[in-house]
Amino acid sequence: MEASKVIHAIYTDDDVLMSAVKTVKAERYHIEEIYTPFPVHGLDKAMGLAPTRLAITAFLYGAVGLAVATVMMNYIMIQDWPQDIGGKPSFSFLENMPAFVPIMFELTVFFSAHLMVITFYMRSKIWPFKKAENPDPRTTDDHFLMEIAVHNNEESLTNLLKDTGAVEINIVNKDEDAH
Amino acid sequence: MASHYEAPIRRPLVTGEKSYHDVTVDVARPVEGKANRAWWIVFSIALVAFLWGIGCIIYTVSTGIGVWGLNKTVNWAWDITNFVWWVGIGHAGTLISAVLLLFRQKWRMAINRSAEAMTIFAVFQAGLFPIIHMGRPWLAYWVLPIPNQFGSLWVNFNSPLLWDVFAISTYLSVSLVFWWTGLLPDFAMLRDRAVRPFQKKIYALVSFGWSGRAKDWQRFEEVSLVLAGLATPLVLSVHTIVSFDFATSIVPGWHTTIFPPYFVAGAIFSGFAMVNTLLIIMRKVCNLEDYITVQHIELMNIVIMLTGSIVGVAYITELFIAWYSGVEYEQFAFLNRATGPYWWAYWCMMSFNVFSPQFMWSKKLRTSIMFSFFISIVVNIGMWFERFVIIVTSLHRDYLPSSWTMFSPTFVDIGIFIGTIGFFFVLFLLYARTFPVIAQAEIKTILKSSGERYKRIRENGETLSGTGADSRTSNFKIPEQTTASKPLQDTTEKLGNLLEGVGRFDASLQTADDLKVINGIGPKMEEVLNNIGIFTYAQVSKMTKREYDLLDEITGSFPGRAERDDWSGQAKNLINN
Repeated sequence: MEASKVIHAIYTDDDVLMSAVKTVKAERYHIEEIYTPFPVHGLDKAMGLAPTRLAITAFLYGAVGLAVATVMMNYIMIQDWPQDIGGKPSFSFLENMPAFVPIMFELTVFFSAHLMVITFYMRSKIWPFKKAENPDPRTTDDHFLMEIAVHNNEESLTNLLKDTGAVEINIVNKDEDAH
Repeated sequence: MASHYEAPIRRPLVTGEKSYHDVTVDVARPVEGKANRAWWIVFSIALVAFLWGIGCIIYTVSTGIGVWGLNKTVNWAWDITNFVWWVGIGHAGTLISAVLLLFRQKWRMAINRSAEAMTIFAVFQAGLFPIIHMGRPWLAYWVLPIPNQFGSLWVNFNSPLLWDVFAISTYLSVSLVFWWTGLLPDFAMLRDRAVRPFQKKIYALVSFGWSGRAKDWQRFEEVSLVLAGLATPLVLSVHTIVSFDFATSIVPGWHTTIFPPYFVAGAIFSGFAMVNTLLIIMRKVCNLEDYITVQHIELMNIVIMLTGSIVGVAYITELFIAWYSGVEYEQFAFLNRATGPYWWAYWCMMSFNVFSPQFMWSKKLRTSIMFSFFISIVVNIGMWFERFVIIVTSLHRDYLPSSWTMFSPTFVDIGIFIGTIGFFFVLFLLYARTFPVIAQAEIKTILKSSGERYKRIRENGETLSGTGADSRTSNFKIPEQTTASKPLQDTTEKLGNLLEGVGRFDASLQTADDLKVINGIGPKMEEVLNNIGIFTYAQVSKMTKREYDLLDEITGSFPGRAERDDWSGQAKNLINN
């Protein structure tokens, strides 16, 4: 069941946030989300986030790009119109391959870069006209917000978060913005 | 803290007592403020040059390439010179953002955003030339391998000019997404600060709803790293392919194997010179001296020195190989460069590119901003001549003496080049007013390791934990502030300082404004301000960080409120409207 109430603990320092994350994890609470104004190195590890596989997708997309370039140039230059252009051997792909290398390279990079970026945008759900979802505008400036679901343990959780150095603790009802 | 360990030998990259919030404010200031007169003057000049260039392009395309100074022998000159020059300039941006990222160079963070912008705008300019130098530019789409009604007539993939099409368009598009992805967190910062609804809407649109979740950041960093890994070979390949335009030909002076690395070194050389030129101006105009420090300029100068020396070695290698080859055409090509009718261009290139960067061995010269600015301009002129010399001196005298000729540009050649410079500056100036010119999210990651303030804290042996808090943005009290109780007596002194900063109100000459119009000032706050002696928009508009702090200290209510709401900016708007 989705938690209807969440607690928003706001921190003003990345080091304090990091130690808070470790404390909260040690107390076996589940951190729903953390919003930070900049990448805090090691935060994903401390939260226990799985590593991203975007680099793997980039490699695969690159392989697709290389295949597209090879198939396209082989078809156009060798199969469809095997013409003599300036004495270049167009009898087989391999014979004229050095001239195809620049475009094979460029298309590999092109496919790899663009498709990976699109994958990133889709996975992270960001695109033009997408509404921002950070609960507090200060989290893009210098505040760090930790969101933890509340299950009848408001008081103990609040006390714990206070001890970790949170400067603000808000209990938020999530019902209103549930879609 | 071990997480922010930095060797004591390293100089701080962010000077001044900057907190995370200061970074935000400093980066947002040029975007949120109004353009000053200097900006409008420079923008107008750039716009006029741009419009003039458009006129020249329209004239060329509608009348014919014959309006240029080209002839039957020299059929590439200013067009391709400018093309290669602009592409070369565009290389430093990707180099700074990609190569320096791979080498984990923290100093790149203050300059990468502007360097990438420069890349994109320079590649725009470069991209114009392959189109407008065509005899029939309206058929330019034929360079693309699109299935068609001519039995599907394809392109020939053997030509470096076609490789250029793929290289430049890949380079532009990949640089664009690299740049834009890096901009998302910074646009989000502007979005969350924006006061005016229109501004908020625009930055909400361009920030793609960036929310800064831990997972988003994890992916963001991976994407940046992979893109850097892709952009590095890309940047090398693009200028290599551009150099193939010449290197794969049979023209003496062009047909060499040294061109690919030598053009790339030249591109980095000229690109860094252009970054240096722009950033020296920008740090001054946008008050970013604390982020783009002399150390940054010095490091860029060292790169210029290094790549300038590589270019010098390449020049000598070319000369040696020409002599060593025993090919009289090749030997003549170089003799012609040094002593022929274009000797002045050759010696300009030699002295500007080979000798001028050598001054950077002197620490005194490379840390001088004036001198760096001067050398950066000289290098850009020298690198323009390099391309001009390679192209024109190799063409105007080659195999058949009967086809030897000369080249001189017409006003249209020159006009188009001036137009692209104008266009470049139009784009760059607009960028500087609307984009976060420093990657603030990245600066914040190095602030604790490379900020001057944090360096001091670290060297005092104190912990960095908790030092990111800023009393202006949060009601959190840093322990030392709560323990030190402020004496009440100095309130009058502070009041004096505050009024000195904003100017005193003279009831006999001025009339009081309705301060409640300012968002964030209610009836109660207006009363407080009136009691202090602040009655007019003019006074409020003069408030800076110093006055805000004084005000907070005097009133004690809503700390940081005035600055967050940007009272002075709002008051300026009220005065102007």
